[in-house]
Amino acid sequence: MRSGRPSAWDAAQHAASAILVSFLLLPVAALLLTLSWDDFIAGLHNPILFPALRLSLLTTCTSLGLVVGLGSLLAWRIARRPGRLSRWMEAITQLPAVIPPAVAGVGLLLAFGRRGLLGSFLAGHGIAPAFTTPAVVMAEAFVSAPFFVQAAIAAFRRVDENLLVVARTLGASPFRAFLRVGLPLAAPGLLAGAAMSWARSVGEFGATLLFAGNLTGRTQTLPLAVYAAMESDLRAAQVLSLVMVALAFALLLVLRHFGPGATWPGPEVRGA
Amino acid sequence: MLELRVARRIGPLDLRVELSLDNETVLLAGPNGAGKSSLLRLLLGVARPEAGRIVLDRTVLFDAGLGIDLPPEERGLAYVPQDYALFPHLDVLGNATFGLSALDRRERIRRATSWLERLGAGHLLARYPSGLSGGERQRVALVRALARTPRALLLDEPFASLDPIARQELRGSLAGWLREWRLPALVVSHDPSDVALADRIAVIEGGRLVQQGTLEELRRAPGSGFVAGLIEATPR
Repeated sequence: MRSGRPSAWDAAQHAASAILVSFLLLPVAALLLTLSWDDFIAGLHNPILFPALRLSLLTTCTSLGLVVGLGSLLAWRIARRPGRLSRWMEAITQLPAVIPPAVAGVGLLLAFGRRGLLGSFLAGHGIAPAFTTPAVVMAEAFVSAPFFVQAAIAAFRRVDENLLVVARTLGASPFRAFLRVGLPLAAPGLLAGAAMSWARSVGEFGATLLFAGNLTGRTQTLPLAVYAAMESDLRAAQVLSLVMVALAFALLLVLRHFGPGATWPGPEVRGA
Repeated sequence: MLELRVARRIGPLDLRVELSLDNETVLLAGPNGAGKSSLLRLLLGVARPEAGRIVLDRTVLFDAGLGIDLPPEERGLAYVPQDYALFPHLDVLGNATFGLSALDRRERIRRATSWLERLGAGHLLARYPSGLSGGERQRVALVRALARTPRALLLDEPFASLDPIARQELRGSLAGWLREWRLPALVVSHDPSDVALADRIAVIEGGRLVQQGTLEELRRAPGSGFVAGLIEATPR
């Protein structure tokens, strides 16, 4: 039963909601509201904006391709072959999500830098990824992979094993069963995971700065350009930030469409 | 003809079964946990027996001694699980043609629609599994399994997810179809009414085949309390 007057519990919920929602919204609103149209146009003409945007789109799409390609197969293996090795692999793939990005950058440098564990071997063969565009891709893939892999494991685990068994009895090889049954049924979860992973790589800063540097046109992505612009032109930093907010907003729309509970394709799926 | 002799320890269950089916329907009955579904998994090739041999029409599907273990897609066995496992992202035609990828598109559709019409599901072509009744799902699952012209049919609790009226109606239909198709069919069930489907009954308890025979043979001399209970509960 509800009484006419709000209880202290109701009031606490309203107050907490108002404080947190305002706190989360205010910085985004400030980015938009403190910029005049003229400043926005001037910021758009800053020479660092488009190289950074282009590089961010190029590197994040490349890293997403790598993460989705390799991550889907890894997640399928972990989801369909439970065991000690799978549990270990799952734990390892989650590691980058809890490591601070700066630590990830140091780790990448010590692994793939000229004198790194694998880097010294690679350097001997003329491959030196550190402080190059591929290093940006590697840093983004490193920090964003856990978001996709975790979502993909969960999505693949939800695929009823009986469907795969039946597919096999109907002549499908394990690969065809994956392609025609596992993948389409897990698609909403995979898309949501890919969106989260891409969001993480677009915002990647620390690991990229340490492992790839901050070289305009080569390794300076949008977050690094914001950092560089803060020292010289706040308007440009603000415009760059708004570009990232726009990307994040587009992503939110994707996530709302393909988020948890979404089914594929349109018709309702009822425990078939 | 399907002949199997398999052994496999699964947790506390020591499954050891020897059974052969001519072109007949055998009802595999037994209490929960007796090993019925595990036996199906061994037959299908999704679990591997530790010892034994499975032969279907002179083709060796599995032989531990010879190291033969055909994958499920090469066994020629059709399987309809308890929940029918229709692919929810494909419509009825997509489900029915799933196993016919070796044929060209026109032949795939012709064969699938012919089977769907034969089983009274020709009007469902464009529907998705979520929009089908339990009985319709069962018909589509049977079409999907049979359109490939399998050499044997495995049905796991074929009526468990149906309401009593649909169950009775489809049991009659399935009994007729099984008689018409004349292929080795193993029907796993613990519903005494399903005895009506079978030419023979095989009873498995604790991983062992305790008795097999016709209903009359089992009625004359039930080999265990479970068999006696099953026979008693079977509608006359």
